[in-house]
Amino acid sequence: MPGTSPPSPLEPNRVVPLSTFLNLTFTGLVVGAIYGLFALGYTLVYGVLRLINFAHSEVFMWGSFAAVWMMTLLNARAGSGGPAAVLYLLLALLAAMAVSGAVALLVERVAYRRLREKKSPPLVALISAIGASFMLSEIMGLRDRIAGWLNLDGVLGDYVRPARENTQFVNPLPNATLLDVGGFQVRSTQLIVLVAALAMMIALEQFVRRSRLGRGVRAVSQDAEAAALMGVDQKRVVQLTFLLGGLMAGAAALLYLMHIGVTRYNVGFILGIKAFTAAVLGGIGNIRGALLGGLVLGLAENYGSQLFGSAWKDVVSFLLLVVVLLFRPTGLLGESLGKARA
Amino acid sequence: MSTSTTSTTSPKPERRTLGERWADLPKPVKIVVWLAVALFFYALPLLNPPLLSTPESDFGSVMFTVASYALVALGLNIVLGYAGLLDLGYVGFYAIGAYTVGVFGSLHGSLPFWLLIVLAVCISTASGLLLGAPTLRVRGDYLAIVTLGFGEIIRLVALNSEWLNQSRGIQDIPRPPDITIGGEPVFEVPRLLWDGLTATVDLGNTSAFLEFGLLDGVPYYWLALSVIILVLLGDVLLQDSRVGRAWEATREDEEAAELNGVPTFRYKLLAFAMGAFIGGLSGALFAARQGAINPETFTVQLSMLFLAAVVVGGQGNRWGALVGAAVVAYLPERFREFADFRVVVFGLLLLLLANFRPQGLLPPRRARRAQRAGKRLAELEGTEEGARA
Amino acid sequence: MRSIVKLATPVAAAALLLTACGGTTGGSTEEPSAGASSGSSCPEGLSIGFFGALTGPDANLGVNIRNGVDLAVTQHNAQDGACQVALEEYDSQGLPDQATGLATQAVRDENVLGVVGPAFSGESRVADPIFAEAGLVGITPSATNPSLAEQGWETFFRVLGNDATQGPAAASYITGTLGKQKVYVVDDASEYGKGLADLVRADLGAAKVKDNTVQKGQTDFSAVVADIRATGADAVFFGGYYAEAGLLAKQMRDAGLTSEQVAFVSDDGAKDNGFVTAAGQAAAEGTVFTCPCLPPDQAEGTFVQDYTDAYGTAPATYSAEGFDAANILLDGIADGSTTREDLLEFVKGYDEAGVTKQLTFDDKGEPSEISVWAYKVEGGQIVADQEIPAS
Repeated sequence: MPGTSPPSPLEPNRVVPLSTFLNLTFTGLVVGAIYGLFALGYTLVYGVLRLINFAHSEVFMWGSFAAVWMMTLLNARAGSGGPAAVLYLLLALLAAMAVSGAVALLVERVAYRRLREKKSPPLVALISAIGASFMLSEIMGLRDRIAGWLNLDGVLGDYVRPARENTQFVNPLPNATLLDVGGFQVRSTQLIVLVAALAMMIALEQFVRRSRLGRGVRAVSQDAEAAALMGVDQKRVVQLTFLLGGLMAGAAALLYLMHIGVTRYNVGFILGIKAFTAAVLGGIGNIRGALLGGLVLGLAENYGSQLFGSAWKDVVSFLLLVVVLLFRPTGLLGESLGKARA
Repeated sequence: MSTSTTSTTSPKPERRTLGERWADLPKPVKIVVWLAVALFFYALPLLNPPLLSTPESDFGSVMFTVASYALVALGLNIVLGYAGLLDLGYVGFYAIGAYTVGVFGSLHGSLPFWLLIVLAVCISTASGLLLGAPTLRVRGDYLAIVTLGFGEIIRLVALNSEWLNQSRGIQDIPRPPDITIGGEPVFEVPRLLWDGLTATVDLGNTSAFLEFGLLDGVPYYWLALSVIILVLLGDVLLQDSRVGRAWEATREDEEAAELNGVPTFRYKLLAFAMGAFIGGLSGALFAARQGAINPETFTVQLSMLFLAAVVVGGQGNRWGALVGAAVVAYLPERFREFADFRVVVFGLLLLLLANFRPQGLLPPRRARRAQRAGKRLAELEGTEEGARA
Repeated sequence: MRSIVKLATPVAAAALLLTACGGTTGGSTEEPSAGASSGSSCPEGLSIGFFGALTGPDANLGVNIRNGVDLAVTQHNAQDGACQVALEEYDSQGLPDQATGLATQAVRDENVLGVVGPAFSGESRVADPIFAEAGLVGITPSATNPSLAEQGWETFFRVLGNDATQGPAAASYITGTLGKQKVYVVDDASEYGKGLADLVRADLGAAKVKDNTVQKGQTDFSAVVADIRATGADAVFFGGYYAEAGLLAKQMRDAGLTSEQVAFVSDDGAKDNGFVTAAGQAAAEGTVFTCPCLPPDQAEGTFVQDYTDAYGTAPATYSAEGFDAANILLDGIADGSTTREDLLEFVKGYDEAGVTKQLTFDDKGEPSEISVWAYKVEGGQIVADQEIPAS
């Protein structure tokens, strides 16, 4: 086959200008903050149940579709701006959080509760969650067929087709350049995403730390039996944990849509692995760790892309995960949802 | 627990299950039955029975796919069922086996077929040891994620390395050498043709024994089936040996096993390497049948299907693993008209099995033993506690 | 009591099976297939196959092609006194590992005289050797990898130009027509995208400032966008499919790289309405696609109208190629080539006007007449821009 020899993956990538480095850093932080928000669901559930909620990726995916459909319902126009745009985005956020929260509760009910009551080994729970995850993602991928059976195709046309393709999120906010210094740019959407993600995480941390319900979550994660003896309703706490993770995943889904612009029935899988990586990186079970892990992962991906080429981005993040698990299995900040630090 | 009375369902001591009757049969009878079963499976693609046959895809080729899944399931069963290690990246070993055959048989060399198989098995086993040595020390659920990452890394490296031909993959992979007598096949076996329930022998449509052509999947199926039988024999010997008991002890309670002098880490590593060995072997056969491979075959989703095979069938039971592989590989081909729904159905199956029958369709003997022991205990104690076991 | 029934059932079933076999095995060895009759010009039960993804993630392209083939078959069968032909579908889901069994099945079904497909290059590498061994003609409407024609498969044909014709045309369009000097070339690591992008790279020569490779399914391209900005490129060529192309275009425009500053050029795999969906109308505006295909309004006859009437949507990527490929086979059957050998010879000597081009093949099975066109996104629609002269 004719063709120039493609770049070797390890070819040194010349000198990177400062503005490029700053751009990579900033966009890496934006993506990393989304990972962090998404990772909270893994961290919370792990902290309380010591289980990997494999289906959390689909909680995110369903939330993203809720946001897309809300915009379709509102008939929003891209970049129209004004107060209506802010209202639309808030409604989309609400829809995404509501749907994600509901799906998370559903997962808890269907995939976990019975197993928890039977005290099944964690492997069985993981397999149950994998099953739930397959179903949730494929139901979205088959939504056109399902609508066809229910004879709703005419009504739902815009919402269900094409089911296996990218679906566009209409962002009514215009995207302005806020800062441009020698090629380093900050765009308004990116800044909104970053700030919103950080704000959501701080809010969650405060909730878990200060509220009565949050104290229950921490108590169960520290010592489930002692908490039960002290009168903490464990079932309630588990539900709350799933709900909180779901709400955060819904918010992450909206921010992801603002940043990327499309979603798809299988978008959750790879992002879920990334978010889980972020949770482990920071120390699974640790809320601040999720944020730190997300940011580190986002930066590592962007720097790795620049160094080795974008093709090796996922390899970089998987290797990072493997290395952290081998040499510091408790993550950067340690695993402690219950401890005072979190 | 519910208040259902166990007394009506508890077995009387003299009633025996089919399995126990089978165990009491004299050895020659058993051997004859086994031979008959093996013969049936060898003949299956040629019998082409109407309800079993796949109407929309070549039955011989489908049977080969089923057999290669079955082989993979046997390997994963050692890792997951015997040693209790959740490996979500098992496809990595399958890929290594397939790529070894491709790279040294076509892309960067032209080694003879049987040597390729040996090489594939060696390299995949070595990679199993290399991956296992550091990672088997991490916690069980972390191991799942590390192996998931490993599987993806293997695929991405194949996809992005110039040396491995990237997404173009590898073509012209050598087939197994034909074994013929003076250019003629050793013998040919005709197929049955079915019209409703009446069968005719189709002498114009035969499968040649040990002749590996492009158009006929049956000889490959026979090869894979023979390998399965060999692996099964090894599996039986292994599980009944010290090694098998060490795995069982490690899986049930690692700390207790360690305290009793079982070097658990070494046995886990052994299980991992055995699994890699069989995975690589299966991948090598797959590449030889397929003739062309590319990275997009070896996705995480395939790992999940392999996992589904073992879990559906029953972790820790080799027959269960075989049944599970048949379910996972055969049903979607038999019911191709529902191909779009197969992932949903698998998801549902995994969910239901995990919740209502976590031991799988065919639970391992140990689990049944434990169940019976539990029931007897319950009878003795007059409580229902034991029935849960 | 119960255990006896348990045992008895399989025994009874086995006995039934045995009697069923035993009753008939002694007798006839005749083949029931109708293909054996030689005298009549139109044996019953003839069919042509379609081979490609109809379900799964890549089903979109497959369905486009299948509809084109289906339309051709329907129109053929509706003619007076036509030899009735059925359409056999081989749904590979685009996966090479499914292709073996399906290709073998197609080969074993003697009523199948020819196949439209396989649709993708990966599955072609598995299925085409099987077709070649069995002498079953396969005309692909969409697999464009140049090396497919170099394998010595006598039964391989394609009705569209391969990437080796598109690559130079894309390069000359970018540097000549658009007048760009610094081109950043990205591919998606797929067989198609990478192969095409490598050809573009070779032809751009010094006008290429940098390479990058992304992955199918990737959604975040911020590192690529930062790098494009850093190199000061004035054009980006993307080799790959519409999903990733659309997202890359959107994220470039989102980062403030306007279409005046940095032109976005992609290929026929990206020339799909899915591109506009992924990028959004604003970001898609002005994107150029090269494609070795004629614009539909250049096509003669009523294909566009017929297709729209039959399937409720306008013909999409590769529909017209599928229609053309099927018509070659159907013309052969109408001409009395009702064996695989005859049909293969007929296709080799074919020379008729199709919807997409004059359809005739060279000795490797490549189409003899290829024109590469540039298309542009205008107002959210992909419209024909101009023919790119052969360089």
